Amino acid sequence: MTGFLARRVLGAVITLLAISVIVYVVFYVTPGNVAQITCGPRCSPAQVQQVAGQLHLGDPLYARYWDFLQGLVAGQDYSTGTSVQHCSAPCLGLSYQSDQQVTALILAKLPVSLSLVFGAMVLWLILGVGTGVLSAWRRGRLTERLLTGITLAGVATPVFVIGLLLMIVVCGQLQLLPFPQYVAFTDDPEQWAWNLLLPWLSLALIEAAAFARLTRASMLETLAEDHIRTFRAYGVGERSVIGRHALRGALAPVIALNANNFGSAVGGAVLTETLFGLPGIGQELVHAVKVVDLPVVVGMVLVIGFFVVVANAVADLLYAVADRRVVLA
Amino acid sequence: MSDVTTVPGRSLVEVGDLTVDFGDLRAVDGLTFRLERGAALALVGESGSGKSTVASALLGLHRGTGTRVGGSIDVAGTDVQEASDEELQRLRGGRAAMVFQDPLSSLDPYYAIGDQIAEVYRVHARASRRAARARAVEVLDRVGIPDAARRSRSRPHEFSGGMRQRALIAMALACEPDLLIADEPTTALDVTVQAQILDLLHTLREETGMGLLLVTHDVGVAAESVDEVLVMRHGRAVEQGPVAEVLGAPARTYTRELLGAVPRVDAPREVRAAETVGEVVLEATGLRREFGRGKRAFTAVDDVSLTIHRGETLGIVGESGSGKTTLGRMLVGLLEPTAGEVRYDGHARVDVDPAVQMVFQDPVSSLNPRRTVGESIADPLRARGERDEGRIRGRVRELLERVGLEAAHYDRYPHEFSGGQRQRVGIARALAADPRIIVCDEPVSALDVTTQAQVVALLGELQRELGLALVFVAHDLAVVRQVSDRVAVMRRGRIVEEGPADEVYDNPQDPYTKQLLAAVPVLDPRIAAQRRAARRELAAV
Repeated sequence: MTGFLARRVLGAVITLLAISVIVYVVFYVTPGNVAQITCGPRCSPAQVQQVAGQLHLGDPLYARYWDFLQGLVAGQDYSTGTSVQHCSAPCLGLSYQSDQQVTALILAKLPVSLSLVFGAMVLWLILGVGTGVLSAWRRGRLTERLLTGITLAGVATPVFVIGLLLMIVVCGQLQLLPFPQYVAFTDDPEQWAWNLLLPWLSLALIEAAAFARLTRASMLETLAEDHIRTFRAYGVGERSVIGRHALRGALAPVIALNANNFGSAVGGAVLTETLFGLPGIGQELVHAVKVVDLPVVVGMVLVIGFFVVVANAVADLLYAVADRRVVLA
Repeated sequence: MSDVTTVPGRSLVEVGDLTVDFGDLRAVDGLTFRLERGAALALVGESGSGKSTVASALLGLHRGTGTRVGGSIDVAGTDVQEASDEELQRLRGGRAAMVFQDPLSSLDPYYAIGDQIAEVYRVHARASRRAARARAVEVLDRVGIPDAARRSRSRPHEFSGGMRQRALIAMALACEPDLLIADEPTTALDVTVQAQILDLLHTLREETGMGLLLVTHDVGVAAESVDEVLVMRHGRAVEQGPVAEVLGAPARTYTRELLGAVPRVDAPREVRAAETVGEVVLEATGLRREFGRGKRAFTAVDDVSLTIHRGETLGIVGESGSGKTTLGRMLVGLLEPTAGEVRYDGHARVDVDPAVQMVFQDPVSSLNPRRTVGESIADPLRARGERDEGRIRGRVRELLERVGLEAAHYDRYPHEFSGGQRQRVGIARALAADPRIIVCDEPVSALDVTTQAQVVALLGELQRELGLALVFVAHDLAVVRQVSDRVAVMRRGRIVEEGPADEVYDNPQDPYTKQLLAAVPVLDPRIAAQRRAARRELAAV
């Protein structure tokens, strides 16, 4: 167990460092005048020059990356022309655009994204796994064909269509809920949940489709195994065979898919965030990429990478809990 | 616990004119038989004879699968054809319990064995969780699992093959059924473990008075275990009667053929002319192979030396885990030995040598399903640099005919062939490289006895014609005796005994060899009973 954790942490650090190098290189070779974009369209050449100097844009790639690493480990002081700002470790730098510390920026956006994705995950697991189990059980019957049709539609529908429809119907026509608006959990948990209900649903509906299909396929595979035959031959009821024996065996790929989807949804639910006006990581990232705000992009990408890595480690732990034959290594 | 009202004069199992259709395929055709209370009947047949289908039909396992079942089935007072789902569930496991072939895959890998047995028990008996768990420990103890209370908490993968089969039998016993249906219960097991399981079934039957329906392809296993046999072929009954009569004086041609094809461990092989055995072609000295590192290190083969002469067959026999396959692979050069060397024609072999070829156990998975068999056979030719398509085709056709297939089979795919034919393709592929030595790793263990006999005959024929040296690796002692000039018995990576086949079999020196030979089922039920008694005495001491 300790060995497993140590290896996982080391692996995560290496992965994240590699990601940051790649982002640095990509941005270094990206065409376009970063200083000009940062300064704005009405800046004079002299001002642009000054910005370039402040941002160390003239330095070679390795020097800038070294600065970044130093900030990460030891913290760094930034002069913003008039004053000096201290950014303590782990420092991800200052935003080119706002001079705000990237860490602070992330800490502001992260709760929004996590609120969205956690809630949606619970829903997509219930909906997806439930549908998958049901359609495997009712294989070849009307129920299954109906469910297959619905999940296929779910896979094929873009999130903004579902989200918009939900908003128009629930908030506009029926007026069951106010139009969503993010309320922090710490401020008012009840309002937090009510406001996030529609974003959760629309994100979950899309994701649930993939889980339903995977669960169904995996269930059918497990149901064909010999030990299922054993319990049927011993008069164990179908509900127990499905729920106790087949489902448990079918869960491994579902756990794996969930780890990936959770990790990537933290930074990738841009459409849902935009549609419902949630100020999350995804939106911020897209904006930062547009204005070539390198420190913000690197910071966000690292946070997303962190969640992907952690989600996968949790998945491996769950495997080992579910199946004693799995040795953590 | 069984709440069934036993109708006097009614048999335990009565099957009348049973037919089972899978789509267009008639798997069982007009089968009629009965099994009295406490009696034992074996359904014997080769693969595809429909014997397992009958076993499933007895518990109504085909219900809801689209399979059509006709005729009448009455098991322990339940009309299986007419029974409601609830009645069927009560029958299954409650009055008639089934033991399956592969005990690893037949248990749920995620739950403790004791919990699985307890779950089944609670389906049939009104018992608390605790009482059911206690019952599970009780039956596990009954089937000879040592330290049953503790081991009941183990998962199936923590049990050995024999213990898993015992656990399945324990599950069957949990509800004290009137009938035990055992579908190839010992096929996946080593011969010594098989003997233990068969003895266990016998003892349980004596003690509980339950009836036994044994499904097996192995006539020897049937001879050891039952009072009556029913020989099946193509879904029909060929012959039925008391085991001694059917096996001793078979009335039907097919039964005689089947019995004739069964290799006998007690039959000396035909003596062959000494001059066919020539100079040493392969010499292995001090072979050793380890797997894994550190604490998990495991020595599969330990200090094995042997020689093989031109034109002779060396049989390597051993139980699972004895290292025989690892040894075979090292002889061919598929595995690097950790220590020791293999010399071929007097010089050390540097790489995989085309003169040493291999035939594998599973003719299904050792052929690429997406390529024609002709292409597979041509591989060794191409590997040797042959580029002329005409010559390749010509040679492959020749080889196909040589192994008893047709030249026109070149463009067919593996799934179009039967198991025996596929093994012929495997042999043709080995021959393509003009080898001087062929290592056969369990070449016939996946085949029915009649097919097995044909493939063995083919190998002998090729050996005589081409002067091949054969290494025949197998777990089946009888087959090894049938084909080998010399035999090496392996145990835990070492050769415990080696010598001329007849000497090793008729006068074994090593205690392990003796134990192995004593465990092989014999076709004569009287001798089987004597030997069982002998084994029991040995165990009692």
